[in-house]
Parts: sequence; structure tokens; C-alpha cells
Amino acid sequence: MSSDWIDIGALEDIPARGARVVKTAMGCVAVFRTGADEVFALENSCPHKGGPLSEGIVHGNKVTCPLHNWVFSLETGEAQGADEGTVPTYPARIDSGRVLLEHSFLQSRMAAE
Amino acid sequence: MTMKLIVIGAGMASGRALEHLFDADPDAYDVTLFNAEPRGNYNRIMLSPVLSGEKTYDEILTHDDAWYEENGVTCRFGEKIVAIDRDAKTVTADNGDVLPYDKLLFGTGSNPFMIPLPGHDLEGVIAYRDLEDTERMMSMGPDNKVVVIGGGLLGLEAAAGMAARGVNVTVVHIMGHLMERQLDEAAGYLLRKALMDKNITVKCSANSKEIVGENGQVKALMLDDGTELPCDLLVMAVGIRPNVKLAQDAGLAVGKGIHVDDQMLTSDENVLAVGECVEHNGALFGLVAPLYDQAKVVAKTLLGEDAAFVQKSLSTKLKVTGCDLFSAGDFADGEGREDIVFRDPARGVYKRLVLEENKVVGAVFYGDTADSNWFFGLIQSGEDVSEMRDTLIFGPAYQGGAALDPMAAVAALPDDAEICGCNGVSKGDIVAAINGGATDLAAVRATTKASGSCGTCTGLVEQVLGVTLGDDFVIPAAASMCGCTDLTHEDVRRMIKSRELKSMQAVFQELGWKTSCGCHVCRPALNFYLLADWPVEYQDDPQSRFINERKHANIQKDGTYSVVPRMWGGMTTPKELRAIADAAEKYNVPTVHVTGGQRIDLLGVRGEDLPAIWRDLNAAGMVSGHAYAKGLRTVKTCVGKDHCRFGTQDSTGLGIQIEKKLWGSWTPHKVKLAVSGCPRNCAEATCKDIGVVCVDSGYQIGVAGAAGMDVKETERLADVATEEEALEYITAFMQLYRENAKYLDRPYKWVAKVGLDWVKEQVFDEATRTGLIARFEFSQSIYQKDPWAEEAKKAEEKYEPIADFKLEAAE
Ligand code: SRM
Ligand SMILES: Cc1cc2nc3c(=O)[nH]c(=O)nc-3n(C[C@H](O)[C@H](O)[C@H](O)COP(=O)(O)OP(=O)(O)OC[C@H]3O[C@@H](n4cnc5c(N)ncnc54)[C@H](O)[C@@H]3O)c2cc1C
Ligand code: SF4
Ligand code: FES
Repeated sequence: MSSDWIDIGALEDIPARGARVVKTAMGCVAVFRTGADEVFALENSCPHKGGPLSEGIVHGNKVTCPLHNWVFSLETGEAQGADEGTVPTYPARIDSGRVLLEHSFLQSRMAAE
Repeated sequence: MTMKLIVIGAGMASGRALEHLFDADPDAYDVTLFNAEPRGNYNRIMLSPVLSGEKTYDEILTHDDAWYEENGVTCRFGEKIVAIDRDAKTVTADNGDVLPYDKLLFGTGSNPFMIPLPGHDLEGVIAYRDLEDTERMMSMGPDNKVVVIGGGLLGLEAAAGMAARGVNVTVVHIMGHLMERQLDEAAGYLLRKALMDKNITVKCSANSKEIVGENGQVKALMLDDGTELPCDLLVMAVGIRPNVKLAQDAGLAVGKGIHVDDQMLTSDENVLAVGECVEHNGALFGLVAPLYDQAKVVAKTLLGEDAAFVQKSLSTKLKVTGCDLFSAGDFADGEGREDIVFRDPARGVYKRLVLEENKVVGAVFYGDTADSNWFFGLIQSGEDVSEMRDTLIFGPAYQGGAALDPMAAVAALPDDAEICGCNGVSKGDIVAAINGGATDLAAVRATTKASGSCGTCTGLVEQVLGVTLGDDFVIPAAASMCGCTDLTHEDVRRMIKSRELKSMQAVFQELGWKTSCGCHVCRPALNFYLLADWPVEYQDDPQSRFINERKHANIQKDGTYSVVPRMWGGMTTPKELRAIADAAEKYNVPTVHVTGGQRIDLLGVRGEDLPAIWRDLNAAGMVSGHAYAKGLRTVKTCVGKDHCRFGTQDSTGLGIQIEKKLWGSWTPHKVKLAVSGCPRNCAEATCKDIGVVCVDSGYQIGVAGAAGMDVKETERLADVATEEEALEYITAFMQLYRENAKYLDRPYKWVAKVGLDWVKEQVFDEATRTGLIARFEFSQSIYQKDPWAEEAKKAEEKYEPIADFKLEAAE
């Protein structure tokens, strides 16, 4: 079981209603922690003009892009309201206070180099 | 022949299992019951009422000597099982007795978890699990101080029980709100408020560092911020761990708990387990409801009958008198999930339902839990609730009736119905005022005071206006702050002050926010209002700030940042310029630009380099220029009388003094100033938020200018003779703006709303001016610090990626 998931750090290392990034060969993955202590991993780049989503304001299960205020669902990655676009989402979960990303997905992001 | 059953542990689960067993077949087993505690089965969950004095120990016994005798149970209380030989099918008691069994039942419960802090083994450091712990707490009185670590169910019951005995209790909780596993933040806020009313001190987000002792006895708890909390007894209630040691030694399959299947059988067919010591399908248990279900199953399995344990959703209640709360199911936000939130600030009620696919999946109630069982039923049954969605939150009494038209409801109210609770204004009073000529909200408020205090009845008053005036009155659609509330910025600001709301949760609850944690529009505004009005009590929330203010730098279109050090009054030195040049080279800054604000901007710095570049600039004596802040930006100056042949006063010197006084303060929008040495006005002081033009006789202070999206000349606030007076008036104006303006209104927009005359009245009145200045200086004593220095030393890691797999790939 455990080998399918990679431990990237403690939940406390990510501020509640905030995010941290994980660097990979194919760009950054934003790992969000909501106020209700759930985690979500998304591509860190906004489909509008590439804004770093990890720097946005997190509210409920949504994040607002810091550059032009598009709002995205952390669950589906879809833009909310009138805006259109989708951010890729990736498997993430919490186990005993640790944040885990899926191994095969990270592997695929590393293989590029 | 009757078979031999040995039961390890006389707890709540095994007690219930034995009842079912004897009810079904009293003669099937010859039972021997071991218990490490020197007593038989009692209702452990009622230890809290025993602690608070509402019950006695005798009242919470579940089985007495007569019961054990009647059912032929051999009681070995105060005796532990220390070993099991599964091949020989025997157990060994701690006195060395070896007893054979046909079936063995584990009911060993859990052990309280003790955080291994330095000093955790001191005398006077206890857990909260059994009668001994309870008696220890009951020995405390009004002369004692106790610290409880853990703001969960157990910790709070311990704290409330002791507080009821007059003990001075402090609860230290590591998370941001109490009972975070069962409650959302809003309910946690209400709970905290209720506990504080019971004289319990509650410290959230508090990290314990060390337990301090004297002669082997506990003396104080030390937190990692250096706070020392003196105590005579320290209770740790931070969680439990299934008691599995014995099972593990016996070679049974054990994970976090003893593995059992649906029949409550362990990996050995003759050994069963029940209660908190088990792990079933990966789940552990800490509440009695599922344990009772397990007890039924284990009794049937022992009798060879079919039965299976099924996990159900659970609900929690806190047994603290006066704190009615209930939570059940799953209440995390989620895609496809909808919240129904109801808040009644007057009664201190908060209710939240979480719906998914038209079913109730979670519920949190505070203050009014009367209907909680009905809602819990809806969660368990998974019933489709779309038909009653609109009135669901009001509970079963409202189902099946016709939907109410709010206007019709107001029309139907009798004249003596109270509309404004704060000021005791009835519908009749308001109607009389309206008939007397008060035809809008402001006039009604002025004549009757209705809606003038807490403001939550504003909507009702407007409806009375609508009903009374008919078509002559159009209920104004005042622009609300955002979708989370119907209140305007002004209403919210007024209530934050008048009702002393000092936290985000207090605002959400008391003003009836419709979402659980606000949005990107209201949170930054609330964060400013709260810190401006309650500089000491409120804790700034970086997560409610726009990225620029959170990272103390302007984000660029490519995700890099700009760095602008302060140059006081536009003055610099060769040493500063050299340090800026060195930093620009060292961090590969692609662009260096001289800004319109008389300073230098380093554009294109990588996010993770920020703390390092700040540290370098700090080392050369420079601090953040707040080029990113809703706060003081720049004070532009001209060279003034030291050099210029027309200069009348020391414009540069005054500019520097002003900047040193005002920097670091947070404001509703950015604030820019300028000081020109004469009316030629080379520093463009007449289009700034605040601008000073020096003349022979002194200083002309203008305010409310603009030169951005709008261009507007300043209006004269005051002419003063000395630098001291200039500083005073400017500071008073800043604070007046901070205390009254709507978030994101520049001063010119705010002054247009309140009128320059009103502003002048305030700053010219000496008492008011002195008060404004005092409050500004007080706030500066907390907020005037260089964020670069603070961040560079305490939080470097948050600017870095949490993990970097690029490096691994390269290897
Ligand atoms: C750096 C600078 C341009 C420059 O290179 O000269 C600048 C850059 C930005 N300005 Fe400005 N403004 C700069 C001087 C000005 C001035 C002139 C001045 O201060 O003398 C003005 C007109 C005066 C005024 O403040 O109104 C000005 C009016 C604005 C406005 C319009 C404000 C308004 O209420 O009308 C915005 C937008 C806003 O604040 O909402 C803005 C916003 C911005 C932002 C922060 C845009 C943003 O939100 O990201 C730009 C950041 C660029 C970056 O990545 O660093 N900037 N901006 C100047 C920095 C001054 C400083 O040292 O702090
Ligand atoms: C103060 C308090 C308040 C609570 N309030 C609630 C509540 O409001 N609602 C709720 O649902 N739950 C509540 N709980 C939790 C509830 O009490 C437990 O879930 C329940 O008691 C667990 O039952 P059990 O039979 O598994 O274990 P226990 O009741 O702990 O019984 C286990 C027994 O086994 C004995 N034992 C262990 N090892 C051995 C050994 N080797 N040999 C012999 N004996 C051994 C122990 O001494 C103990 O007496 C509360 C708990 C506490 C402490
Ligand atoms: S005027 Fe200001 S906001 Fe506009 S592009 Fe230039 S720097 Fe950016
Ligand atoms: S780049 Fe995200 S909203 Fe424009």
C-alpha cells in the first residue's frame, strides 16, 4: 500500500486555507489544504494566463487565482461562474497527519528529464 | 458441558456483551471476568457528571455484585491478565494463576495517549480515563490551578467539570479551534465563547513545549512561545490508543487495533474482541454507540449464531451543561456538496447541514440541538430531501407547510410585535414614525432607534416600511459586501465596533454569514477591519490577504516578484545604492526600474529568493517599501530649502519624518503622500492622498487628491505653522481614514462620502484629534515592524517548495 503513495511532508507544513508547491521536472504541483483540513493537488498554473494558483486565496473548496481572480474548484479543477477552463487535478490524501501524493503520477512527472 | 469463557477487561463493551449473552442463553458459558481496575463494570462516559458533581459513582455502576452472582460470573477485579498461550488455550493472571479457556474475549479498551513532553512523568501529570483520574481532579478546589492539554471532547469535559468546582482551569489546544474533529470553525467559536463564560481560559493554536516541575511535582506548563501556565495538576486529554499489547504478544493479527472480522473474531477462531481495542475494516472506535452494536454481534458469535457488525455514521454530543452541541456525519466542504447555514445571533444558535445529491450527509448544530435526532435519522437513512430543501434547516415542525412570503408575514404581525430587540421597538412604534413622516430607513432609525444597534433587524424594518408605504417605498438593494452576506461594508464595520466582534468567526456568526469561511472578497476586507479596530485582540490572518501582502512583494505576470526597499522621503546614499546593485546581481534580477514613487524597483525576483534578498537589503539598513500594501506607500519630496533657491521649509526632512511615523500601518487602500518645498510643487503634492505644500508662513495640508484612474486636486484640510502640527494633523487624518473608510476606498472616495466638513470637525476638535493620534500610535506599536526582517527570520521555509522531485530525478 504505502509504496503507491509518496510522503511529501506534514499537514502542518501547509497553512490552513493555503498551499505549498511541489517541484517536479514538468513544473510545479500546488498542494492545497482547506479550512476543513482536506488536501488537493492541482497543476500550479492557471489556464487563463498561467497565474500561480498556490498563491491564491483559498475559500471553502475553491481557490481564487492571484492574477485576475478566476475561481477554481479544488476538487474538479473547473473554473467557476462565467469563466471557462480546467486545471488538471492529481491524487492526494492525508494519512496520520502526513500529506501523500500518488507515486505513479509523480513518477510520470519525473520521467520527462 | 458448559464451556469456559474468559473475558479480559470489565469495560463498557464487554459488560454489554455479557448482558446479551446471558439474556440469550444463561447456561452456555461459565464466565470469568478479569479487570485491571479494582472494580467491575461502570458507565465510563458518566465520569464527567461525577467530576462536575452532578452524579455520584454509585449512580454510574452498571452491574453490581448481585448481578455477577446471579449470572455465575467469577469476578477477578483488580487483577490483570499478563500472558496468553493460544496453543494450550490458557491465560496467565498477574498473580501467576494459569486458567484454561474454550473461548477468550478481549475487551481491553484503550490507553490514553501521553505526549512525551519533557516532564510528562512528573507527579501530578494525569490522563482522564478512569475513576482514579476523576477522583484526582475532584480533589482540586478554588485555590488550585489546573491546565488541561487537549480541546477535544474529553479535555473540555474535564475542564468544565473542574471549573464547576471553582478550579481555575486553562485549556491548551494545538489546533485553531476546539473539537476540530467534530465541529467546524463556526461552532468551535461559539463553544469557546460559552466556555469562557464559565471562566475557563481557552488557548487555541497553542503548542506545549515542556512541563516544568519542582521536587518531582508538576508546577507549570511552558508553551513554545515562552508563556508559562502555572498549575497544580496537569491533565492530558489528547487522544487514545487501542490497548493491544497483550494481543500482540499473543501473536494475534494487530494493526492499530486488534484485527476483527464482521463476526468480531480475531485471527484466532477461539479469540474474540470487542470495544475500543479492535480495528474493523481499518476503522477504530472511540464512542460507545458502535461498541454496543459490536457487543450484540460478539454475543451471537459466541452462541454460534449468525450476525455481522456494520459500521454506521456516528454523532457526538458534549456533556457540558449549557453547551448544547451536536455533530454527525461528514461536514467537510466538497464538490457537489451544498451547505445550508442558519445563524441566529440573538440566541447564539448555529446550524449547518451539508447536502450531497439531495441527501443530508453531515450536520453541525450549536445552541439548539432539539431536532438533532431527526437530522441524524436523515443522515442514516439517506432519504432524498429535495422536497423539503427550502425549510429543511428549520426542522421537522416546518415540513409540509406552505412556504412563507416574508412581506405577508410582516403584514400579519400584530402592532405590539417587537421588531428591534436591542431598543425594544415594536411594529406599532415604527408604523407611527412612518405615518409621522419618517419615510426611509435612516429617518426611522433616527426617530425610533430601530435597527440602530446590532442592525440585524434592518431587513425587517425595511419590510415594515414596505408594508406601510406600499409602492411608495422601494426596499433599497444596498450593495452587500459579497455573496456571503446581505450587509454592506458600512454595516459590517459599524457592528465590528459596536458589538466588539474581534475575530473572523465572531463576525461570521454574529452577523449571520451565509458561507462557512467567507470568500476572496470579504475575507481581506474583514481582516483589515478587525486589525484596524482591535489591534491587540485580533490576530492578523495571512491566509485572508491577497498574495502581495502575504508575500510582502508584488506578484508579476510570470509569477515572479518585485522588491522595492524604502527610500525615506526619496533620499538614498551610495551605500544603499551599492547594496541594491549587489543584490540585483546576486539574485539575477532582470529589470531595475526607477519608480514613479522616488525609489528603485527590482523586478523579476524568484519567490524562493525573497527571504535571502530581503536579508541582504536589511543588512544594508533598508526595510520593506510596502510597494504591495494597502498601507503607506511613499512620501515623495523635493529637495527643499537646503538646496533650492525657492525653498521655504525643509520639505525633505518633513517628508522623512512623516514616512517614519506612518510606515507599516495598514489602511483601507494604499496611501501616498508628498511634501513640496514651495507652491511650484515639484513633488506633485496637490494630487496625493495627503500632500503638504510648504509656504513662508508654514504648511498647507491638502487631502483627498488623486492621480490614478481619476485625477483630482487635493482639498485643503488645514494650514499650520509648525512641523509638529503638520505631523499631528496628518496622523489624525490617517487614523480617521483607517477607522471609517470602506475597504478599497482611496481617501478621495471616502472623503466624498463623509464630506470634508465632517473630516475637519474631527481633526480640529482637540480631544478627538488627540484620541485619533493616540490610537494610531498604539496600533503602530504593534504593526510598525519590518515584515522583511520578520519573515526572513521566522518563515523562510514557507517560501520554498514543500518537496522537490526535480533533484531526485536528476540522480
Ligand atoms: C512600480 C510602479 C510603476 C513604476 O515602475 O514606476 C507601479 C506599479 C504598479 N502599480 Fe502603480 N506603480 C507606481 C506608481 C504609481 C503612481 C505614481 C505615484 O505613486 O506617484 C500612480 C498614480 C497615483 C495613485 O496612486 O493613484 C499609480 C497608480 C496605480 C493604480 C491606480 C490607483 C487608483 O486608485 O487610481 C493602481 C491600481 C490599484 O492600486 O488598484 C496601481 C497598481 C500598480 C501595480 C501594483 C499593479 C498590480 O496590482 O500588480 C503595479 C505593480 C508592478 C509590479 O509588478 O511591481 N498603480 N501607480 C510605481 C511604484 C511606486 C512606488 O515606488 O511604490
Ligand atoms: C471521561 C470519559 C467520557 C466519555 N464520554 C463519552 C460520551 O459522552 N459518549 C461516548 O460515546 N463515549 C464516551 N467516552 C468513551 C467511552 O467511555 C469508551 O468508548 C468506552 O468506555 C470503551 O469501552 P471498552 O469496553 O472498549 O473499554 P473500557 O471501558 O476502557 O474498558 C476496558 C477495561 O479493560 C481493562 N483492562 C485492560 N487491559 C487489561 C488486562 N490486561 N487485564 C485485565 N483488564 C484489563 C481496563 O482496566 C478497563 O477497565 C468517554 C470516555 C471517558 C474516559
Ligand atoms: S501603469 Fe501601473 S498598473 Fe499599469 S502597466 Fe504600468 S505599472 Fe502596471
Ligand atoms: S492567470 Fe489566473 S485568472 Fe488570469
